[in-house]
Amino acid sequence: MDIRIEELSKQFGRYPAVENVSLHIRSGELVALLGPSGSGKTTLLRLIAGLEQPTGGRILFGDEDASRKSVQERNVGFVFQHYALFKHMSVADNIGFGLRVRPRAQRPRRADIRARAAELLDLVQLPGYGDRFPAQLSGGQRQRVALARALAIEPRVLLLDEPFGALDAKVRKDLRRWLRELHDKTGHTTVFVTHDQEEAIELADRVVVLNKGVIEQVGTPDEIYDAPASPFVHGFIGEASSLPVTLSNREVWLEDRWTGLRCNGTGEALLFFRPNAVDVVEECTGCIAGVVVGSRRVADRKRVEIEIGKGRHRIEIDLPADRSAAERHRIAFRPTNWHIYPSAVGRVAPARALVDA
Amino acid sequence: MAVETMTLFTSPVSPPRRLRSATSEAPEIKVVLTTIALLFVAIFLLLPLAAVFVEAFRGGIAAYLSAITEPDALTAIRLTLTVAAIAVFCNLVFGVAAAWAIAKFEFKGKSLLTTLIDLPFSVSPVISGLVYVLLFGAQGYLGPWLGERGVQIVFAIPGIVLATIFVTFPFVARELIPLMQEQGTAEEEAALSLGANGWQTFVFVTLPNVKWALLYGVLLCNARAMGEFGAVAVISGKIRGVTNTMPLHVEILYNEYAFSAAFAVASLLALLSLVTLAVKTFLEWRFADGIAVGRSH
Repeated sequence: MDIRIEELSKQFGRYPAVENVSLHIRSGELVALLGPSGSGKTTLLRLIAGLEQPTGGRILFGDEDASRKSVQERNVGFVFQHYALFKHMSVADNIGFGLRVRPRAQRPRRADIRARAAELLDLVQLPGYGDRFPAQLSGGQRQRVALARALAIEPRVLLLDEPFGALDAKVRKDLRRWLRELHDKTGHTTVFVTHDQEEAIELADRVVVLNKGVIEQVGTPDEIYDAPASPFVHGFIGEASSLPVTLSNREVWLEDRWTGLRCNGTGEALLFFRPNAVDVVEECTGCIAGVVVGSRRVADRKRVEIEIGKGRHRIEIDLPADRSAAERHRIAFRPTNWHIYPSAVGRVAPARALVDA
Repeated sequence: MAVETMTLFTSPVSPPRRLRSATSEAPEIKVVLTTIALLFVAIFLLLPLAAVFVEAFRGGIAAYLSAITEPDALTAIRLTLTVAAIAVFCNLVFGVAAAWAIAKFEFKGKSLLTTLIDLPFSVSPVISGLVYVLLFGAQGYLGPWLGERGVQIVFAIPGIVLATIFVTFPFVARELIPLMQEQGTAEEEAALSLGANGWQTFVFVTLPNVKWALLYGVLLCNARAMGEFGAVAVISGKIRGVTNTMPLHVEILYNEYAFSAAFAVASLLALLSLVTLAVKTFLEWRFADGIAVGRSH
């Protein structure tokens, strides 16, 4: 089932949570809605589910206008961050709930519901857990039961709201891989919300980056990581340092020094680069140089904080762990992979409506 | 290294001081406080309760039985049970509706409703009775109009029911609201997304989640409904054998110097509260998790 979102808006009182969002989610795709808290990602997911009603725009499931339908009629599987399992029901009853509440004519027989629950428990790798109660399960197990419950109604799309948000790091990683496998096996169109960029990049076919209710960028994990469309995306995905620069004569200048980088355009701009994408240079004819003000160990690298120029801008670069970087020492480098964005007094108009059909 | 550590621990610089945990007190204080509390309970609760039963049986078992099986007493018992049943049912429906509305929806006037629910707790029961006399009495706003149509409220059972409902209004709602607010709406949303309609969601999800708090609220509501005196005294007219509830009957008997009969009926009321208390304690012990947390009465 492909989902087409057309100029969708949602306001809570005077506060716009989602503004004029358009997006096409292809059938069978695994899409991540990624953004900081308050970016509107959960609201967008709830709008797709029908748990919220939009104040403008519409949502199409295939060719059919879903925005006029109630949550029950949309037939979506929704998984909540805190599981929302029915505490007083056994695991099997939780999973069978969606089938039990169907109108009599469409309701499967009791034994069939039971069998379906057992089948789904196998699918989520919890065979034999049917008679337990939610309180007797761990967080990861509860979330898998919640997923089985959502799958029981054979939903047209699967929507997950921060599905791993309440779990600890290890369980999270396992479940992430497991969800990817499950998605590949069942082929549901799946949309999940996360604020964890690592999770979005590792799990999704495509990532939708949201900020303040608008889409900043839609793309594959590679596109998002390697070609961020805006300073926001660059700063939000992965580590990033930024410096205010000036463009002139196709050269990138930092205060009164040439950085060694070339770029079209003129005027004020922002230079973005990642700490691990720099070359440290000894002799400097065109480089960025500054004074080390601190360093710390990050995994197998040494991350060095450097203060640059009269503006005392602080940025970070990575060095090999065994390299010395004493404080007050001068260090020069040149970014190997970098992006220039027009300077943001008025932010660069972000790609507001990225429809890629 | 290990040896050094051992030495450090085995040769303390000063003898260890016995420390209490930060929140506990000296034993003397414990004893004093406990004694005060127990004495208080004994003098103000247990002694009167014992007195009720002692007085009730002063005339012997036969006198006791005849006091509670005498026609006026039986009418009073029947009336009390009827009124309590109606009042509890009405407040059950109202309480669930109000708690549902307050906990699950945002609407204008929500805080006003929350405050108003507590009103009966802050108003003297006598006033509660008087309000209904003013409204429905012969000289009241609605009384004459209703009287012409043959509906009598004041000095009759409907008035007693109304006054009782008013007084016991908050119990169920107050019990449910904090619990339902704490539980939020995620489970309801889950049920709806799975295709359940509103009624199914209420019956299969909302109600089971609050059932113990609900039962608890009903028990408290019932206890108060049976024992209410002030409001009912004003509105019932105390017509013997007709509009006398048990508490009113006790008072009348007492005023007529029929002490042991008065205490006999009173002992029934006391027994009812003891049973309520026992059930309540049992529920608290057995289902502690399900009962509202932020309870404040």
